[in-house]
Amino acid sequence: MTQALHQVLVVEDEPDIRGILRTLLKTAGYRVIETETAARAIIEAKSHKPDLLLIDLGLPDADGLKVIRAVRGWSPLPIVVLSARTMEAQKIEALDAGADDYVTKPFSAPELLARVRAALRRNVRSAEHVSHLDIGSIAIDLTRRQAVGPDGDVHFTPLEYRVLESLARQAGMIVTQRQLISEAWGPDKLGDTRSLRVCIKNLRQKLEPDPARPQYLLTEAGVGYRLLLPAE
Amino acid sequence: MLKSGMRPDPDQLLAAVNAQEARAGRGKLRIFFGGSAGVGKTYSMLEAAHRVHETGADLVLGYIQPHGRTETDNLRNGLEQLPTLPVRYRGLVRQEFDLDAALKRRPAILLVDELAHSNLIEGEPPPRHAKRWQDIEELLEAGINVWTTVNVQHLESLNDLVAQITGVRQRETIPDRIFDDADEVELIDLPPDDLLARLHAGLIYLPEEARTAVDRFFRKSNLIALRELALRRMADRVDASARATASLDRASRAWMARDRLLVAVGPDEQAEQLVRAGKRMADALDAAWSVVYVETPELLRLSQHQRNRRIDILRLAESLGAETVTLDGPTAAEALSEYAQTRNATRVIVGAPKRRGWRAWLRPSTTTALARKAKAFDVIVIAPAGTSKQAKTDRNDVPSVSVPIHWDRYAWALATTLICTAIGFAMQESFEAANIVMIYVLGATIAGVRFGRGPAVLTAIANVIAFDFCFVPPHFTFSVADAQYVVTFVVMLVVTLVIANLMASVRQQTRVAGARERRTHLLYAMSRELAATRGIAELARVAVRHVAEVFQCQAVVLLPDASGKLRQPSDLPESGSLRSADLSIAQWVLDHGRRAGLDSDTLPAAPALYLPLGSEQQKLGVLAVLPQNRRRVLLPEQRRLLETFAAQIGLAVERGKLAEIAESARVAAETESLRNTLLASISHDLRTPLAVIAGASSTLAEHGEGLDPAARRKLAVSIESKARDMTDVVANVLDLMRFESGHVVLRREWETLDDLLGTALSRMQERLGTHRVISQLTADLPPVYVDASLIVQVFVNLLDNVVKYTPPGTAATISAAVRDDMMVVTCDDAGPGLPPGESNRLFEKFHRGNDEGATVGAGLGLAICRAIVRAHGGDITAEARPGGGARFVFTLPLQEPSS
Repeated sequence: MTQALHQVLVVEDEPDIRGILRTLLKTAGYRVIETETAARAIIEAKSHKPDLLLIDLGLPDADGLKVIRAVRGWSPLPIVVLSARTMEAQKIEALDAGADDYVTKPFSAPELLARVRAALRRNVRSAEHVSHLDIGSIAIDLTRRQAVGPDGDVHFTPLEYRVLESLARQAGMIVTQRQLISEAWGPDKLGDTRSLRVCIKNLRQKLEPDPARPQYLLTEAGVGYRLLLPAE
Repeated sequence: MLKSGMRPDPDQLLAAVNAQEARAGRGKLRIFFGGSAGVGKTYSMLEAAHRVHETGADLVLGYIQPHGRTETDNLRNGLEQLPTLPVRYRGLVRQEFDLDAALKRRPAILLVDELAHSNLIEGEPPPRHAKRWQDIEELLEAGINVWTTVNVQHLESLNDLVAQITGVRQRETIPDRIFDDADEVELIDLPPDDLLARLHAGLIYLPEEARTAVDRFFRKSNLIALRELALRRMADRVDASARATASLDRASRAWMARDRLLVAVGPDEQAEQLVRAGKRMADALDAAWSVVYVETPELLRLSQHQRNRRIDILRLAESLGAETVTLDGPTAAEALSEYAQTRNATRVIVGAPKRRGWRAWLRPSTTTALARKAKAFDVIVIAPAGTSKQAKTDRNDVPSVSVPIHWDRYAWALATTLICTAIGFAMQESFEAANIVMIYVLGATIAGVRFGRGPAVLTAIANVIAFDFCFVPPHFTFSVADAQYVVTFVVMLVVTLVIANLMASVRQQTRVAGARERRTHLLYAMSRELAATRGIAELARVAVRHVAEVFQCQAVVLLPDASGKLRQPSDLPESGSLRSADLSIAQWVLDHGRRAGLDSDTLPAAPALYLPLGSEQQKLGVLAVLPQNRRRVLLPEQRRLLETFAAQIGLAVERGKLAEIAESARVAAETESLRNTLLASISHDLRTPLAVIAGASSTLAEHGEGLDPAARRKLAVSIESKARDMTDVVANVLDLMRFESGHVVLRREWETLDDLLGTALSRMQERLGTHRVISQLTADLPPVYVDASLIVQVFVNLLDNVVKYTPPGTAATISAAVRDDMMVVTCDDAGPGLPPGESNRLFEKFHRGNDEGATVGAGLGLAICRAIVRAHGGDITAEARPGGGARFVFTLPLQEPSS
């Protein structure tokens, strides 16, 4: 660990799951604060200033979405949702409310830890501008808009650069289609998912060793996309 | 042996039982009955009220006619009085009985004076019913006991008798059944001398308008006659109720062939008298009775006004308790005798023949003809009452409806004569005059067929004149040289007139038959379309269209919701839809199963007519009709036709309702069987992994210390893998339930197939293991408009099948092509192929390729694939792959659906 111990606020009303999360996160080297209710969650988030919020949506006193909106009101801290709600519309709702990522129950330990790590990195990165990306064997300089692969220069269109920037800013986490379109094309093109699909397809042709089985640029069906970078 | 003579009439018993049942929840009616005004009915009623009130009964005065007499008015003190309803009428405000207030208050006993009172139909607010007895009927139906008062002269069946006795015709009458069905009738009797004494002492209250009639009415002879009438009517009632009780309780009344009376009426003035006479005779004989009106071609020629009289007559008959029938037939006598025989009528009551002298001899009247035909029945002829003078003046009052005269037909009639004359001139050289006469007869016959009665008569006369003028010597004068031609003229005229008349009758009958056929046709057209229509809302739309078209009106079918409340239909796409239907009237019609609105007994001032569909118990709905031209709906034929339409619509709605019930029962049964299969299947697929998880985790908990790390890890891994299996089963079950419930909304967007397949592949990565998947999706494939996560699920389920049913190390190939606006996606595997003959059963719920194996999956995967693909407007099939293995093919639309 290069940084001091990260502090994670876990909001979960099911004691068994809370216990597993505690064990898992402590083993991975995080400090854990726990709470069961939405009301306590908001108070703890204010008083302890955690580095990450891991929250369940179905809480006994209020919907987790309420907590997410409240926290987003004053803090940019990364929020990862851990929920049994599996419908795409529910995921999008949570992401639109301000969550950074969404993990569905049942979850696997490695998957959850990967998401937590990615979210914490986003927190570090958001301070500085993302200027450089290494995707597989391709090195991309986002500031100069240049890319070099093993066989020489790789050409990206300005639109593709903008999509890559959006994805890179939240590398490892879900970026919704709306957000991508709005950032790359502009808010007036929100319905135009066809252009987005074409753009992603082209990016995969250039980035992925096997575009039919993407490793880096993943689709979250019905929700958005995720740029998976090799662990730093 | 049971003597047939002792058997109770089952119909009668049934009627009695039904009547008793109907009365169970009904209020009781008590009538204070008197021979004339002033006998003290209201006084007696109020006295009785005080006696009952003292026992603590919930008794309320609904409406008591204001009496100018303190003695009666004082009696109202101490009793609860319902506030009256101020009604504005011709600039005045009158205090009327408030029906709604009474229904709201719901006392145990309600006193409402003057049963025969007419409500102010044109008043503001308009009353619900035209008559007070209808208000009281509604109160009784609501379970409120009512006390009321009435005089003998207000009884419908005695109306003309009273008029004969007193010379004053009573306009306010009540149907006899109200009186006969009353639970209790109390006769208030006062000897005429005492009554007169009280009248002269000014002790009798009389309404202002009646004062002028006082002297004529309150004569001693009148009062004696009225008192006698009242006593007799009361005695009849007591007698009838004694008989009813006896027959019901002991069923011992000797069974007798009951008489049935037929009263034949026409549109003439005697009709009402015949109906009332029929009622009295039926009562006296304790017989069932019908009033029959025969629509003959002759009667169809009558003026509209006279034909409308039929409604009034038949309505009167119904109010007196008769069954009413309208027959069609060439002559009244024929139709009547036939009907009398089919109904086993014992007596037929007819009016006195009106034709006298030679006309009666030439064409016998209905009465005479009927008497000749009578075989199994007696014909009773009722002499006309001495009121014909009055009736005549009545008739003169009626504005005659002018029948349009077709002048062109008369012109054609004259032209016919001219043509005949021209032909006559042509024939003159070689034919005798007798043959020319034949030409004229032919001409008159044709005129009869083509132009109708009037023009034919004109032709007949013109023919005789033309023949005389042109062909009888001396030619071109009207004088006749040979006297024998006078015989020719007379015979020619009579023959042509008779022929013309006959032909005109034939023509008329053809027209009537045509009209009847058209009616049948219209009805048939609607029935046929209704029969082919599904869904109640659609039925209502079809019905509205037909009714609006046939009756040239706006119409609407109002249907009740689950709670029985009517509501306006949400969409009214038909141009003939009625938007302004009064829901409160319609609701009343639905609840009571009776018509209301325009020209009915209830709320006749309303602009639209409301007819119930189905019976009172069924409460199917209400047909509301707002005619553009009131006559279209009020004419007897139209009215009957409208009722038949309503009956047909009622049947169709009932059918639609039954179909809905059957459908929901079917869905319920299917859901039930799904649930059962699901439970059986899930319990297997969930218990197996649960057993592993429970076993492995308990081993870890109890003996974890003693195990080496590799063994511990193995147990943990198997727990995880079984938990994942269970997750899939649960997810599949939930997905399928979502589709079964029909609540899945597709979140469609433009997607590329390789993206969807790629997502599925990365999700399946671990599970695929050594199974290889070859994607042959080319880069030029167009995007598809689908719900991404669902199509990913289709790929996942298909690949899952590959993992389960094909040996490790084999490859599956996914390819796609565009065919006929559809994207056709094919998934080929190199497994053992499909079981023969089962390719379609694979997609059924809980079916699996090999039964009860260790393979987990609940057989839901392919069923979900089918549900998803079908929801997108495509389909999925399975077939044997050429060269071995299985092939699954599904299609997806490329176009954005138009809707």
